[in-house]
Amino acid sequence: MSSAALTLGRIRSRVPRRQVPVLATLALLLVMYGIGVSQYRAFSNVQVIFNVFIDNGFLLVVAVGMTFVILTGGIDLSVGAVVAMTAMVSASLLQQGLPALLVLVIALLIGPFLGFLMGCAIHFFEIQPFIVTLAGMFFARGMCTFISGSSIPITDGFWTTMSQQRIGDPRGNFVSISVLIAFAVVAIAAWTLAYTRLGRNVYAIGGNPQSALLMGLPVGRTRIAVYTISGLCSAIGGILLSFYTLSGAPLIAVGMELDVIAAVVIGGTVLTGGSGYVFGTMLGVLVLGVIQTLITFDGSLNSWWTKIVIGGLLFAFILLQRLVGIRFK
Amino acid sequence: MTESRPVLTMTGISKSFPGVRALQHVDFRLFPGEVHALMGENGAGKSTLIKVLTGVYDTDEGTVTLAGETVSFAGPMQATAAGVSTVYQEVNLCTNLSVAENIFIGREPRRLGAVRWGEVRRRARELLARLELDLDVSAPLGSYSLAVQQMVAIARAIDVRARVLILDEPTSSLDAGEVAQLFRIMRQLRDEGIAILFVTHFLDQVYAVADRITVLRNGQLVGEYPSADLPQLTLVEKMIGKELEVLEDIEEQPRREIATLEEGTPLVGVSKLGRSGAVEPFSLTIHAGEVVGLAGLLGSGRTEVARLLFGADRPDRGEVAVDGRPSGLRTPAQAIGHGIGFCSENRRAEGIVADLSVRENMILAMQAARGWLRPIPRRRQDELVERYVKALQIRPADPEVPVRNLSGGNQQKVLLARWLITEPRLLILDEPTRGIDIGAKTEIQKLVAQLSDGGMAVLFISAELEEVLRLSHKVAVMRDRRMVAQLANDDSLDADRVMQTIASGSPREEAKR
Repeated sequence: MSSAALTLGRIRSRVPRRQVPVLATLALLLVMYGIGVSQYRAFSNVQVIFNVFIDNGFLLVVAVGMTFVILTGGIDLSVGAVVAMTAMVSASLLQQGLPALLVLVIALLIGPFLGFLMGCAIHFFEIQPFIVTLAGMFFARGMCTFISGSSIPITDGFWTTMSQQRIGDPRGNFVSISVLIAFAVVAIAAWTLAYTRLGRNVYAIGGNPQSALLMGLPVGRTRIAVYTISGLCSAIGGILLSFYTLSGAPLIAVGMELDVIAAVVIGGTVLTGGSGYVFGTMLGVLVLGVIQTLITFDGSLNSWWTKIVIGGLLFAFILLQRLVGIRFK
Repeated sequence: MTESRPVLTMTGISKSFPGVRALQHVDFRLFPGEVHALMGENGAGKSTLIKVLTGVYDTDEGTVTLAGETVSFAGPMQATAAGVSTVYQEVNLCTNLSVAENIFIGREPRRLGAVRWGEVRRRARELLARLELDLDVSAPLGSYSLAVQQMVAIARAIDVRARVLILDEPTSSLDAGEVAQLFRIMRQLRDEGIAILFVTHFLDQVYAVADRITVLRNGQLVGEYPSADLPQLTLVEKMIGKELEVLEDIEEQPRREIATLEEGTPLVGVSKLGRSGAVEPFSLTIHAGEVVGLAGLLGSGRTEVARLLFGADRPDRGEVAVDGRPSGLRTPAQAIGHGIGFCSENRRAEGIVADLSVRENMILAMQAARGWLRPIPRRRQDELVERYVKALQIRPADPEVPVRNLSGGNQQKVLLARWLITEPRLLILDEPTRGIDIGAKTEIQKLVAQLSDGGMAVLFISAELEEVLRLSHKVAVMRDRRMVAQLANDDSLDADRVMQTIASGSPREEAKR
C-alpha cells in the first residue's frame, strides 16, 4: 500500500494552450483598433464599433454555425449559398403576398433541412464533408437563380421595420435589431457548446471520432446535428442579410463561406477540430470587420486590400496554431 | 480465493468468420474478486472471445450468463451499462478534453440540460482518489503520459459500477514503474470484488497479478488453471502446443566474438550525433554482421536514436559515416540509399498501410528505393513476396489479403519483409517483438540471428532485456536521453548488470557478495 499517492509523469506545464490562439486574436484586435484610433480621429467614436457589428451581424451568425462544424473536424461550404437562398426565398414569397410570419418560418426551415440532409449524407454514406457541402452549395446557388434571375426588392412592413429600427443610447449611438439577434445566437451557441451534452460531444468528436464512438457517444447524431445547426445559422444569417439589404439577390454572398471559414480560424478554432470557442469566432469576425473599416477610413486603398490582409492573417494564424500544437505535443 | 458463484460464465461459445473457425466450443468463467488472465498466441481467439462477450460480434453458438442471467449484448455500450467495461490497448479517450470530462462524458450529471461542471470535477477527484491518483482533473488529458491516460480510462470504466473489467493488453505501452502502478490498481479493484479479465503477452506480468489463467489455442480451450499451479514453462507449452525447442536453438548458437566482428572499418560510424530535446550527442559504431542492442526504459531515447540514424528526425549536430566516409545523411531517402532500413515501433501509425495488400506493403520500400518511375515487374514482385511469406511463415499465406486482416505478429513480419526485400546493410528494428505472441517472437529473434550471420548489421531496440542480451553482440544503454554505456555482450554481462547501468547510469560491476 503506498500511502503517498503517486503523481505520474505530468509532462507539460500548466499553459492554457487552448486559449493561446483566442488571446492572440484578442491582442490583434486591440492592436488594430489602436492603430485606427491613432490614425483617424473619428475612429474612436463608439458608433464605429457598432457599425462593424451592424455590417457583419449576418456574418457572425453564420460563423457561429460554422464553428460547430469545424469543431467536429468538418467543413460546410454551402453556407454562403444557403444565406442567399434564404434571402431569395423570403423575398420571393413576400412578393407573392404571403404574411411575414409564415415567410419567416418557411425561410428558417429550409436551411436546417438542407443541413440535415447533408449531415445524413456525410454520416451514413461516409462521404467527405467537403464534397457533400460543395454539392449543397451548387444546389442552393442554383435554387437562387431558379427562383429569379434578378434581384427581388422587399417592401414588407415587418422587414422594413426590422431593417430601420434603431436601438440606441441617448447620445445617438445605435445598433440594429439584427445585432441583438446575432448576440443572442452567440450566447445560446456558447452555452450549448460549454454546458450541454451535444456541445461536449462536438468537442469529443473533433478530438478523436474513433474514441468518441468507443466511449459510446452518439457520433452520428451529433454529426448530423452540427450540419443542421450550421444550416439553421445560415438561414438566420440569410434573414438578417435580407433585413440589411431589403432584397433578395441571386448572386449575393458569393464566396462568403470562405470569409466565414477565415473568421472561424482567425478566431482560434483549429481546422482539424476539437479546440476553439464561439467567443473566438466573434473576435475573428470583428477582426475582419475592423480591417474593412480601416481600409474604408483610409479611402485611398482599394477594397481588395481587405482580402490581401485577411489572407496574410489567415496564414499567420494557421502557423500559430501549428506552432502551439507542436510546442505542446 | 473464494469459490463463490462466477459472475460471468461463457458456455460452448463458437464463432466463425469466412474461412476461419475463430472459436470452437470455448468455455470461460470469471469469479468476482479475481484477476483472470486470458492467454494464447496471436490468432488463438482471445480478441474474438472478448468481442463476443462485449457484443461486438454475435455468437454462432453458446450462451453468456452474467450474474445468473443469460445476456446477449448488442454492443459495447450495452455491455458497459450492464457492468461489463473494457479498456483497450490503445487509449480510447479524447486528449483534447479534460481528465474529468473524459471520465464522465456521455453521462455527466446535469441540471436542466446543463452539465454541472463542479459536480463533474468533484466526482472525478473522488474516483481518482479511490485509485490513489493525484491529477489535476481540469487539465487536458493530453498533458498526461500514456500510462496516466490508461488509468483514466480505467477510472471511466469502473465508474459505471462495473462488475467485470476487461483489460485488453493494457501494459504494452507502459514502462516498468507504470505497470507496477497499474497492477496496484488492479489488485485494489479485485479486492473490492470486481472481476478482472486481463489479456497480455508478458508472461511475467501474468504471474505478478493473475490468480487464474485460461489458455486458448487455435480457437479452442486448452484449460483453466490457478496460476500458482502452472509453471511458466508449462504455460508456454500449452499456449504454443509444443515443446520449447525453438527458444533453446538461439541460446545454443555460438556467439561470434565481438573482437573479430569489430575489425576493420565500421559499416556505420556515428560521431556525436544529437538533436536538442531528443537525444544528447552519442557516438556508436556498427560493423557488418553485428547486432547492437539498444536497452533502456521507455522514453529514455531509444526510438529517438533510431530515428536520428535513419534521418526521420533531423539531427542538429554530429555526423554519420558509412563505410568510413562521411555520408551527410539527413533524410530517410538518403538512409535508404545507403542501405539502411528502419522498422518502426509504431507499426500501425508509421509502418503498415492497412488497406493495401500484403504484397503491396512488402514492395513499398523497395519501390521507393528504385524510384517510382521504375515499377517493379509484377512477376518479380510475386517472386519476392512469395519467398518472404514462406521464409517468415506469414499467415494467411495469401499475398493479396489486405494487411488489416492479419494479426499483429503477422503484420510485424510483413513490415520486416518490406525491409528485408531491399536487402539493407543495416536494419534498425524498433521493438519488433512488442505485442506479438511468443511463437512469432521466437521466429523473429531467430531471423535476426540468421540475418546477422549472413552479414547484415542490426540495431535491435527492445524493452525486454532478455531478448536484447540473447541477440546482441554489444549493448548500448540509454538513460534519460543519453547513451550512458556500451557494453560488450560477453559472459560477464547479464540482465542484472544492464539493469544496474540503466538505474545508475554507469556500468559498475555488481558490488554485492
